[in-house]
Amino acid sequence: MLNYIWIGLLMIGFAFGIVNGRLDDVTKAAMDSAQTAVTVCIGLLGVMCLWTGLMKIAEKSGLIRIIGRAVRPVLGFLFPEIPKDHPALGAIVMNLVANFLGLGNAATPLGLKAMKELQSINKDKKTATNAMCMFLVLNTAAIQLVPANIIALRTSEGSKKPAEIIICIWIASVCATIMGIIAAKMLSAVWKKDN
Amino acid sequence: MGLIRHLSDYAVPAIFVVILGVAVLKKVKAYDVFVEGAKDGIDTIIKIIPSLVGLLVAVGVFKASGAMDSLILLLRPVTDLLGMPPQVAPLALLRPISGSASFAFVTEIIKSFGPDSYAGRVAATMMGSTETIFYTLAVYYGSVGIKNIRYTLIAAIMADIISVIASVWACQFVFG
Repeated sequence: MLNYIWIGLLMIGFAFGIVNGRLDDVTKAAMDSAQTAVTVCIGLLGVMCLWTGLMKIAEKSGLIRIIGRAVRPVLGFLFPEIPKDHPALGAIVMNLVANFLGLGNAATPLGLKAMKELQSINKDKKTATNAMCMFLVLNTAAIQLVPANIIALRTSEGSKKPAEIIICIWIASVCATIMGIIAAKMLSAVWKKDN
Repeated sequence: MGLIRHLSDYAVPAIFVVILGVAVLKKVKAYDVFVEGAKDGIDTIIKIIPSLVGLLVAVGVFKASGAMDSLILLLRPVTDLLGMPPQVAPLALLRPISGSASFAFVTEIIKSFGPDSYAGRVAATMMGSTETIFYTLAVYYGSVGIKNIRYTLIAAIMADIISVIASVWACQFVFG
């Protein structure tokens, strides 16, 4: 999909450039943007390293498991179809907590494991279960404790208080997550399995 | 909202103290692990350079040609309704589709308007409060061969729309 968007942006850009007589601006923007991309990335390095380093400490000290144990009771409500001691629940919790801490590298394998476990208790192997839908909705609406790349970007662009945005991001993600849970719960009630 | 903005002053130190506190309790060699983890940060950044070059060039061309202004004008009725800064509207469309393309777009907005501008803050909040939907669903469902995803996409998009609206609202609420 990104292939189409990329070509689309460029082609429409060049077409508008011709119509608006701005081809020289367009050419300059192309070169400048390529340069900017690299300078931006270098500007992000320090803050990114700081957070990935800190989160590695969280990972190594078992914080994923500690938080996982704390949120476990909520899972019964979110995933009523999964048997209480099924390994799927463990994998789901670990994935969501890893996402929460921004540990992308750890989160994806855990998420794939969760899907595999969920598939093992699925009767119709081609159709998603309610638990799968709920898991992926939570996953796409993911709340992140420290959105490191955004704070890094704000820092390198000279924000007075780069971390200030965290509160707004938390509020918006909590709203999105609550909406996701409500939507998944309600749709699961009306959506028949064969739809 | 002075109180909430004050709260954000404590957020980062609190995260540090909790993580380091747990590390002490669990006898983790915090500094060694930190250095090891910081290397991951370099990898992450180095890996995004090629895609960011491609995408920032595309966004830059789209903007310099005047096409962006036309798109923003087109979306104006919706943004006015939500009180959203009009320049941010294309981001709301791009966010569920591609993480790297949206990051390029947020970079462009923050470079043009500044990180502490209204548009810059709303863009950053939107970027941070959702994930890419289509890619995630494709990878996870694809991995186990699910063909019928039922209501997953609808629920995920509903959550995404709320996060866009809530981003605008949260920035107005916190920064007044």
